[in-house]
Amino acid sequence: MNKIAQIFQSLEYGPAPELPDQANAWLDSHGRKFGHFIDGKWTKPGKTFASENPANGEKLADITEGTAEDVNAAVKAARAAFKPWSALSGYERGKYLYAIARAIQKHSRLFAVLETMDNGKPIRESRDVDIPLVARHFYHHAGWAQHLSREFPDAVPYGVCGQIIPWNFPLLMLAWKIAPALAAGNTVILKPAEFTSLTALLFAEICDRAGLPKGVVNIVTGQGETGQAIVSHEGIDKIAFTGSTEVGKAIRAATAGTGKGLSLELGGKSPYIVFEDADIDSAIEGLVDAIWFNQGQVCCAGSRLLVQESIETRFIAKLKTRMASLRVGDPLDKSIDIGALVAPVQVERIRDLMKRGVAEGALVYEADGPVPANGCFLKPALVTNVSPANTLVAEEIFGPVLVAMSFRTPEEAVALANNTKYGLAATIWSENINLALDIAPKIKAGVVWINGTNNFDAAVGFGGYKESGFGREGGREGMSAYLKPAWEKELKLAPAAKAAPAKAENPLDSGHLDQTAKMYIGGKQSRPDSAYNRPVLDPKGQTIGEVGEGNRKDVRNAVEAARAALGWSTTAAHTRAQILYFLAENLDYRRDEFAARIKAQTGEDGTAEVALSVERLFAFAGWADKYDGAVHNPPLRAVAAAMVEPLGVMGIVAPPSRPLLGSIALIAPALAMGNTVVLVPSSQSPLSITDLYQVIETSDVPNGVVNIVTGDSVSLAKTLAEHDGVDAMWFAGSAEASAMVEKASITNLKQTWTSRGLYYDLADRRFEGDYFLSKATQVKNVWIPYGA
Amino acid sequence: MSLRVVDNPEPHTPHKRNPGFPLDLDWVNNVRMNRSALERRAGSIGARRTVKKDYQLAWLLKAITLIDLTTLNSDDTDGRVTRLCAKARHPLRTDILDKLDIPGLRILPGAVCVYHSFVKTAVTALEGTGIPVAAVSTAFPHGLAPLETKLKEIELSVADGAREIDIVIERGMVLRGDWQALYDQVKAFRKACGDAHIKTILGTGELATQTNIAKASLVCMMAGADFIKTSTGKEKVNANLVTSLTMIRMIRWFSEETGIEIGYKPAGGIATAGDALKYMALMKEELGTRYLQPHLFRFGASSLLTDIERQLEHGLTGHYAADYRQPMV
Repeated sequence: MNKIAQIFQSLEYGPAPELPDQANAWLDSHGRKFGHFIDGKWTKPGKTFASENPANGEKLADITEGTAEDVNAAVKAARAAFKPWSALSGYERGKYLYAIARAIQKHSRLFAVLETMDNGKPIRESRDVDIPLVARHFYHHAGWAQHLSREFPDAVPYGVCGQIIPWNFPLLMLAWKIAPALAAGNTVILKPAEFTSLTALLFAEICDRAGLPKGVVNIVTGQGETGQAIVSHEGIDKIAFTGSTEVGKAIRAATAGTGKGLSLELGGKSPYIVFEDADIDSAIEGLVDAIWFNQGQVCCAGSRLLVQESIETRFIAKLKTRMASLRVGDPLDKSIDIGALVAPVQVERIRDLMKRGVAEGALVYEADGPVPANGCFLKPALVTNVSPANTLVAEEIFGPVLVAMSFRTPEEAVALANNTKYGLAATIWSENINLALDIAPKIKAGVVWINGTNNFDAAVGFGGYKESGFGREGGREGMSAYLKPAWEKELKLAPAAKAAPAKAENPLDSGHLDQTAKMYIGGKQSRPDSAYNRPVLDPKGQTIGEVGEGNRKDVRNAVEAARAALGWSTTAAHTRAQILYFLAENLDYRRDEFAARIKAQTGEDGTAEVALSVERLFAFAGWADKYDGAVHNPPLRAVAAAMVEPLGVMGIVAPPSRPLLGSIALIAPALAMGNTVVLVPSSQSPLSITDLYQVIETSDVPNGVVNIVTGDSVSLAKTLAEHDGVDAMWFAGSAEASAMVEKASITNLKQTWTSRGLYYDLADRRFEGDYFLSKATQVKNVWIPYGA
Repeated sequence: MSLRVVDNPEPHTPHKRNPGFPLDLDWVNNVRMNRSALERRAGSIGARRTVKKDYQLAWLLKAITLIDLTTLNSDDTDGRVTRLCAKARHPLRTDILDKLDIPGLRILPGAVCVYHSFVKTAVTALEGTGIPVAAVSTAFPHGLAPLETKLKEIELSVADGAREIDIVIERGMVLRGDWQALYDQVKAFRKACGDAHIKTILGTGELATQTNIAKASLVCMMAGADFIKTSTGKEKVNANLVTSLTMIRMIRWFSEETGIEIGYKPAGGIATAGDALKYMALMKEELGTRYLQPHLFRFGASSLLTDIERQLEHGLTGHYAADYRQPMV
């Protein structure tokens, strides 16, 4: 029988290769050897390493290992380019972005083929997903550039941005980094991942041909050391990183105290929740797009399947059937679902993790089907018989491996979904809109997809909660990650605070006082765990009162109370506003008493400070029901609801000055947005705040929403910053202590704001708006496709 | 006239005919169809799967065997139907067949589909080929005639030699959610068909939602349909990949629950070889390769065949073909 007759019977697909000729021609035109792209020119290749095609192990090109000198040169070029670039009108910058978008579209197939050769992802994905999203990102940000001054009137760009991107979406991550940075007026040094530098280098050539001014985009290739040189470079004003949580934490620690801007988009272990009333077949197909997209090498991959027990058996059976028709093979083949993983080291890593999981009792299912003998290929895998304690459930695998568990109730689904250190994305399948929209806000993740998965758009912010990082990419939130307030550069150093005495010289000296102010934890006044007190002195050094000497255990108790009070975040914004108004009103009743207390502690008339504190509470009461989200219209029949959510438990350490306003100005925005707070008032002058809990008690503030721990600001700040139950940390104090707080925050990657020893005049009305509101919130984008 | 390609007997495929099942309204009410997700899957199938070179030729030859070569126009005449049947006998030009060098393969359309008035003409014209004649019955395309009339029409078509009957359902029953009425009527049609296979045309373009289409598919299968079919070709919206996905997923579910395999027939608007390949890929992916056989899959089409011929000629010769050089359908 001839071949056609055979195929007529078997109806197999056969090969359908995309030709690599043009990509090879481009590589050849560079002699398959690349230097960096710095200051609009190619540097001579230095010490190089090989970039390989993971599908067949063939070397594609030699890439230069970036040295500290290379990074210096790039920073110098970017610095020189910054002034003229940021001085261009938004329209002019927008035109460059538009030109880049057009050029990418024009050369989209070349980019797609090169990406697939370098990374191993199926050509269908690079062609239909990655590259179109790249072009869309530049188009979208061309518009932001033009409208920048209207939409962000008081903002300026950071300056020179260092950007370090991963290998899973090489060109797309480049676009997510470069487009907003350039739109905002920054210049950039971007380091592609060592496995996948080629499309970034092609992009450099596109920028060159689009006439982008030299030095605006600099591409420095290299490995981890090159990245470190960027992170630690003093001439860089902001670091943006996408990659592993481990490296993200190292970058957070390295940049602590430097004042560099930082955004981190890190790992994930995203839940994929299927309720019994879902369109099950569609949910199965969604899983294919969730965990077998890009071989599972996706930070937001739906890698933890949570399926309702009532449909579990049927669902798993259907899933296994579906897995059998996934085609693994040559990524340049147009009919391939799963291509090659990026490098042998990743294959090994995944195999090791699988072994550990199996040793812990996991059952692994892989469908039958051919897999190429050579190259970095893995079969899609389904892991069952696991619980949250299994390594495969807890760790990010970053490969084509799905772990499956079941749940009984919506509440349990949420608990399992949130039972992770990560919080990047989540998927919910249900045909019941009431159920889906009930679950979406309860999941701690930056992106929630309802009845769909892995939707991305330039207009819709993307980024994580918890150890998945902070900062957003895309949309308004993404733009603001590349901008800072214009007034920040005018900040002066704060005057050195007078050290507060930790103890009276003789512990018995304080005995003449009738009353020692206690701490305020969970709505109760409580004695310090240490059973020691510290004196509060007036400006002349006379003891005017005592407060408890807070220690680790007081902080622990306060955080527990604050966590227990997180229902505050779902209390209606109107109610939160009413409570803040009530608090203000009750404070105002006692203005004379509070003014006198300020005078006693600082020697200054406190009347104005009390009045301002009342006004500030009013201001944020007013914001509680107004600082809210947006509805985006991505190019899809869907709405993306950008929901503004509180961070959770916030540790707030007030500045030494302004005993009352210093605390009120910080806790008011936090409370208005639904956070609960552990407040450490000024060490020197804590009595205004220990007085405040009587006002709090009479103002209907639920127990545990505000907790007050007195004592030494810096040591309490350290305990708070290290506490995994604290979601965010604001610290007003010295530069040294600010650096300590930022460094300590890496245990759970809490978001931080620190004053870095600078004087923030909290009486200024610029602080009664979105400056602190934006820092007290994070945006969750909920994608809701629709259609009867 | 060469009978070379029709000498082989019809390939025998063991197939258990749908005996029909009781109406299960709980099942019907458990249907969940998410349109956006269906669109995403259907929209990506053409990008996920493609066949090239010899594979494309073989698939296109298979596609010919899946066509219900159709003429359903109010100005049809015996002459027109006879011409259609002649084309059915020789779907491919001899020179193309020679180049393909596939003497063992039986390349004939799945059926010829006509109005009742032309069943006899078609049966005569197709004599000796084994190609069944399908008749559209039950007041095609609207279905709004008295039940007695519709049953009589089926009986007459069967008596005239139709081996397949394409019935139309009353769309109003679906829109009203009157599943019992739909079930009863299709069951009566099925009985009237006797040994002739019954294809139930849903008129999907008039059923408003994917959920309605899915439920109607399920009820027709419970009532004993051998095939479910999208459209009459006369609605504003005919077959498309999204609707097809909805219907074939119901076929899959029905098969999982009952063990009975039901056929699928998209009809209307499928005019190019490229379209046909996408439908075939969708069937293969969702239901499996065994569904790419005439007893489980048909295209309702007329101009599709000419385009396939052109693509085959192009594939064999390397130059593009013109439709006027293919014998008219």
